[in-house]
Amino acid sequence: MSTSKIFVMVVSGSLERLQMAAMVASVGAVSGNEVHVFLSMNALQYFIKGSDMSAPAEGPFGETMAQKNVPEFKTLFENAVELGDAKISPCSMAMDVLDVSSEDLEAYLAEPLGLTKFLSDSADSQVWSF
Amino acid sequence: MAERKVIDARGSFCPGPLMELIAGIKLIEIGDELEVLSSDKGSASDIPEWINKVGHEMVSTTEEDGVWHIVVRKTK
Repeated sequence: MSTSKIFVMVVSGSLERLQMAAMVASVGAVSGNEVHVFLSMNALQYFIKGSDMSAPAEGPFGETMAQKNVPEFKTLFENAVELGDAKISPCSMAMDVLDVSSEDLEAYLAEPLGLTKFLSDSADSQVWSF
Repeated sequence: MAERKVIDARGSFCPGPLMELIAGIKLIEIGDELEVLSSDKGSASDIPEWINKVGHEMVSTTEEDGVWHIVVRKTK
């Protein structure tokens, strides 16, 4: 059984990209890989506690998907952490720009992370970006 | 005596049935079985893939009227 280190950078605020990022993270994590997710830019806002924002569809697939019983991307990210030991880190720069602290973010997120550490940790690993 | 629990994931899309299976496997004993009902064709191949990768046992996969019955046994 071969496993990998999988790093996923998520900056998009659109439904299709968030959904795919969540699928990579959750399926990757439950399959025994070490998964690290980095949330920044437009992705971070959905993880503010109490946020009921829904991600806008980018195209027709997103519109169709929103009408079907597809698992919510936030649920999949939570599954990645709880079922697969994934680590989901909010970008410290994005937190500063949005003026939020760790207490304002979902409890299943890890400590804030900066790019320097993300880039050095992800060297020699699979890196995905959405 | 091994037990078999049913997880009804019909109507849910990938990777929903897989995630429900994994949450379910954490709750059962070694030797017990889970039967996942899924209407999602992708899951019918995803689930055996995960089972083989992680090392549990595929008991059977059957399809009836568009519903897959995927039976797995927890081995560790």
